[in-house]
Amino acid sequence: MSFTPLKNLKSSYDTIVIGSGLGGLTCANRLARAGHSILLLEHHTKLGGLATWFKRKGHVFDVSLHGFPYGMVKTCKKYWNKAIKDSIVQLDNIVFDNPQFSLKTSFDKEDFVKILNQKFQIEMSVVDEFFATVNKMNFYDDQSMTTRELFEKFFPGRSDVHRLLLEPITYANGSTLDEPAITYGIVFSNFMNRGVYTFEGGTDKLIHMMQDELVANGVTICTKARVNRLIIEKDRITGVIVGNKKIHAKSVVSNSGITNTVTNLAGREHFSPDYLERFDAVKVNNSSCQVYFGVKQGERFDDVGDLLFTSTAKQFSSEEMLDMQTKSRTFSIYYPKTRPEKPDYTVVASMNGNYDDWMRLDDTEYEKAKVDMIERSYNDLERYIPGIREKVDWVEAATPRTFNRYTLHTKGTSFGTKFEGLEISRSIYKELPGLFHVGSVGIIMSGWLGAINYGVIVANDVDGYLRS
Amino acid sequence: MTRDEIRDIIIEIIQDIDEEAEFDGLDADAPLRDQLDLDSMDFLDIVMELRKRYQITIPEEEYPELATLNSCVNYLEPKLQSVAVS
Ligand SMILES: Cc1cc2nc3c(=O)[nH]c(=O)nc-3n(C[C@H](O)[C@H](O)[C@H](O)COP(=O)(O)OP(=O)(O)OC[C@H]3O[C@@H](n4cnc5c(N)ncnc54)[C@H](O)[C@@H]3O)c2cc1C
Repeated sequence: MSFTPLKNLKSSYDTIVIGSGLGGLTCANRLARAGHSILLLEHHTKLGGLATWFKRKGHVFDVSLHGFPYGMVKTCKKYWNKAIKDSIVQLDNIVFDNPQFSLKTSFDKEDFVKILNQKFQIEMSVVDEFFATVNKMNFYDDQSMTTRELFEKFFPGRSDVHRLLLEPITYANGSTLDEPAITYGIVFSNFMNRGVYTFEGGTDKLIHMMQDELVANGVTICTKARVNRLIIEKDRITGVIVGNKKIHAKSVVSNSGITNTVTNLAGREHFSPDYLERFDAVKVNNSSCQVYFGVKQGERFDDVGDLLFTSTAKQFSSEEMLDMQTKSRTFSIYYPKTRPEKPDYTVVASMNGNYDDWMRLDDTEYEKAKVDMIERSYNDLERYIPGIREKVDWVEAATPRTFNRYTLHTKGTSFGTKFEGLEISRSIYKELPGLFHVGSVGIIMSGWLGAINYGVIVANDVDGYLRS
Repeated sequence: MTRDEIRDIIIEIIQDIDEEAEFDGLDADAPLRDQLDLDSMDFLDIVMELRKRYQITIPEEEYPELATLNSCVNYLEPKLQSVAVS
């Protein structure tokens, strides 16, 4: 059995990791490999955080496996293992379809250059300079330029080009045109560069492989264990309270959201006024809505692409994409190749969403809003897979409320915080020695690749602390 | 440790991180990043491995000292002076 019940835990560990999102899992694995004793505590019954799946009527639905950048190959090989790396496969057909343009792309730099030049008639020198500019961006560069300004500089008045370049990033991390251009540049250079990749076998297979690797490296894992509070003695972290149990540790890594970590797990009284002032300015990102469709065994449909960025809105607008009635959604189409051992057809429609909009509703309104959203998603999906309604035997919706319930994240945030959260996360140990934070922050540290790499960065900080 | 020993250790650590790294013809005074296709995560791995093996702390501000093979050796020489090769 890979999980240890709460009552069997030891009274102390070198490090306790709170939360098993990809950031927490990777940090735990890295620290265990470096020789430290690690306890991983997760409030849910399974590991993975937002990297999750659920089963209904014989279907397995993936929640956040729509695609990740090529960088995952190297990252998984170095920080997990070869078997995990070897399951990463490319998604070949990415589709954009909206009133401004329709196209199919392999989602790599070469193809984007060609599309910008040939389809959108942008001069090659401008395209080259745009790519050179975004590739050079670093997170410590000047943040005053916004993405809107960056786009206006290179492609003035070209709302179609702006849409092509930003829409996938808005789905991937909630970015708007008003974010610092560097966050755009860094994510764009990683993501829209060498194609979109997925994990063959699905999220369940990945998380189980990670679980096995953690156990092999000696990590103690305890699920259904919600941490209520950190233990702070003489201004440093000495452990956690979980249920009515105290467990001690030299350091604690919180993979809970940064806002939860400061306000609920530690308590504001432990931070300096200066830190709190910056903390209070941190904005959390939007949440998500999804509709899951499962196709009856024996039914099938043709290949219409793997990831479809669709919209019937006239122009790109991040506000429109957040609206409850949005006309913009991505469809992730899962064919039998997704889980070769358990072939199935499923579709997941994803939309951005605002927690407050969904919280306002009473129970009846909430149920009705979900039904309406399912209906709109069906209508859009029919345009790509005619007859889909008759083939589906399971449909269900998730909203920002659902994401909040499963991850405990403030306002159900799907992608952590805006840029200013990064510095707050990175410097928390200077305020409270022994406390570290890992998990989606600052836009650039979110997504599967961002969260895993951030887990490695934080593991290095913790290792330095433990060895000092 | 001698300069040559330090050099060998750095090469060994990089090879562990990236088995495809090609050291033939490496210019010891040119950036490792460009020649071996190392990224900032790889440098973090080097830092963590040095800490694990020899308890050396390298603050983030000093990561640029690891830019070339020779700058690595220069930077690490005083820190590894009293350490014997294991
Ligand atoms: C709908 C959706 C689609 C997405 N699609 C993609 C995609 O296609 N590609 C991609 O790269 N990224 C995608 N993402 C983003 C990606 O999933 C996340 O950025 C990443 O998984 C977040 O990892 P994390 O380490 O921040 O932790 P999280 O996944 O946020 O996990 C945090 C964990 O901490 C636990 N926790 C919190 N508080 C406590 C407590 N007090 N005690 C114990 N446990 C606690 C939670 O239960 C949870 O398991 C998507 C996200 C969403 C919501």
